[in-house]
Amino acid sequence: MVRFNESGPWLGEEGPDSDVVVSSRVRLARNLDGIPFVNRASDADRNEIVGMVRRTPLFATDGGSLRWIEMSDLDECDRQQLVERHLVSKQFADSSAARGVGVSEDESLSVMVNEEDHLRIQTLWTGSALTRAHEKVAAINRELESHLDFAFNPRWGFLTACPTNVGCGVRFSVMLHLPALRITDELERVRRSAKDLDLAVRGFHGEGTESTGDFFQISNQITLGISEDDLLQAFAEDVVPRLVDYERSARQLLMEKKLSTLEDRVHRAHGILGNARMLEANEAINLLSRVRLGVSLGLLESISIQEVHRLLLHVQPAHLSALKGVALEDDESTRVARANLVRGVVAGS
Amino acid sequence: MHKCDLCDKSAVLHDLVLEGSQWKPVHLCEDHAQAQGYPGSGEVTTTGKPVTEKPRTGTRKRLAACETCGLTLALFRRKGLLGCAECYRAFEPHLEPLIGRAQGGATYHCGHVPEQKEAHIDRRMSRIRLLKELNEAVSSEQYERAARIRDDLQLLEQKIEVEKD
Ligand SMILES: [Zn+2]
Ligand SMILES: [Zn+2]
Repeated sequence: MVRFNESGPWLGEEGPDSDVVVSSRVRLARNLDGIPFVNRASDADRNEIVGMVRRTPLFATDGGSLRWIEMSDLDECDRQQLVERHLVSKQFADSSAARGVGVSEDESLSVMVNEEDHLRIQTLWTGSALTRAHEKVAAINRELESHLDFAFNPRWGFLTACPTNVGCGVRFSVMLHLPALRITDELERVRRSAKDLDLAVRGFHGEGTESTGDFFQISNQITLGISEDDLLQAFAEDVVPRLVDYERSARQLLMEKKLSTLEDRVHRAHGILGNARMLEANEAINLLSRVRLGVSLGLLESISIQEVHRLLLHVQPAHLSALKGVALEDDESTRVARANLVRGVVAGS
Repeated sequence: MHKCDLCDKSAVLHDLVLEGSQWKPVHLCEDHAQAQGYPGSGEVTTTGKPVTEKPRTGTRKRLAACETCGLTLALFRRKGLLGCAECYRAFEPHLEPLIGRAQGGATYHCGHVPEQKEAHIDRRMSRIRLLKELNEAVSSEQYERAARIRDDLQLLEQKIEVEKD
């Protein structure tokens, strides 16, 4: 069993703009020159890729900053925990070929090996911290570049298995909490303007997942014809603040015009979480989302954002299973265990 | 298409060897390449291993498949994923409009360029890449370029030898 920290990097101390921005992530896609991409690679190729990455000083037993987690050594629960912690993608956890992930002590840095591309280098930070996350990822990239030869072509930039990720091969993304825009029924407008700005809007766990609890992952889709710095600037200084302001004005509007409705929503959710005897994962996340809104607006003071974040992680199936020894599947005993866990924090606080 | 220097079969390996002070092109079929001690049999791929999944021969299909990884255009269209770095060259005319559409019209990189820190880069990979370039240069009869690549390759092999000690 893998030992994880009690919280993840996106659960730590409150970051900038954390009323709306839950976390910031920067991810680079890289492939080693001279070896077929993962989808055409033989088992020997995949093992070779793992070997080459692990021979870099990042993984050195003394002084290396990453510990190696071989996916085939993990049981289903541990693999899913990595997904819930946003350290690997769901597709990566479910694949069966040789693959693994390097994770730093504080989990702010991870390197997936043999996902869709040979390497997916990611940094994850709490709150709005794209610049900091990018500095870190760029430093790791430079370090890896001095030991590995990445597939690069002067015209297309860094070559990726999916041709639409070429160029910088960088994905900036933020996890936004947009509950007020849901209440004011403006999410569709957000989706449309995101599309006009060439942004991708995804759910809680990335590609193909639902936007449980009004959490949305917004990321750039353009990666070619623009430098990393310009992309970062446009995304972090224009796009994100615009979305944050949008949600904030919706919250302000609700505070001024619909305070009772808002208070009812928040306290009702808090009441259920503090009293329920059985909870499903999605129900718990949706209720915690309302509590989070209440805490951000100062309507609820008995629980902190960090406690809400920790619960958001721990109510998910694999974390709950690891914490409470219940099954991964949703059944009566897992719902009871989930409700007990939440009640202990919410009612006990 | 070149014939093997030693028989009538078509050559799959192209190299330059130094004879006196002159570089001489060498073209060998699979069997003779192996007999001459070239690593692996078959075409030297980017991984230095023989092509296990060769693109089907014939001129019509040759355009629609990547010679390095064997990915066909049809398969790419179905999966949406390319098979190797060389696919970008093999399918360039098809990729151009596709990438342009996805990238808001952009078709040229203008971001970070990796520093070539020759001293640290895995030399084995550089060697494989040079072998492949050499192969291309000779088969397209660019002998001057091939000679330069051969020099680089020898230099690299000396370094590899030194590092072994
Ligand atoms: Zn022959
Ligand atoms: Zn290919």
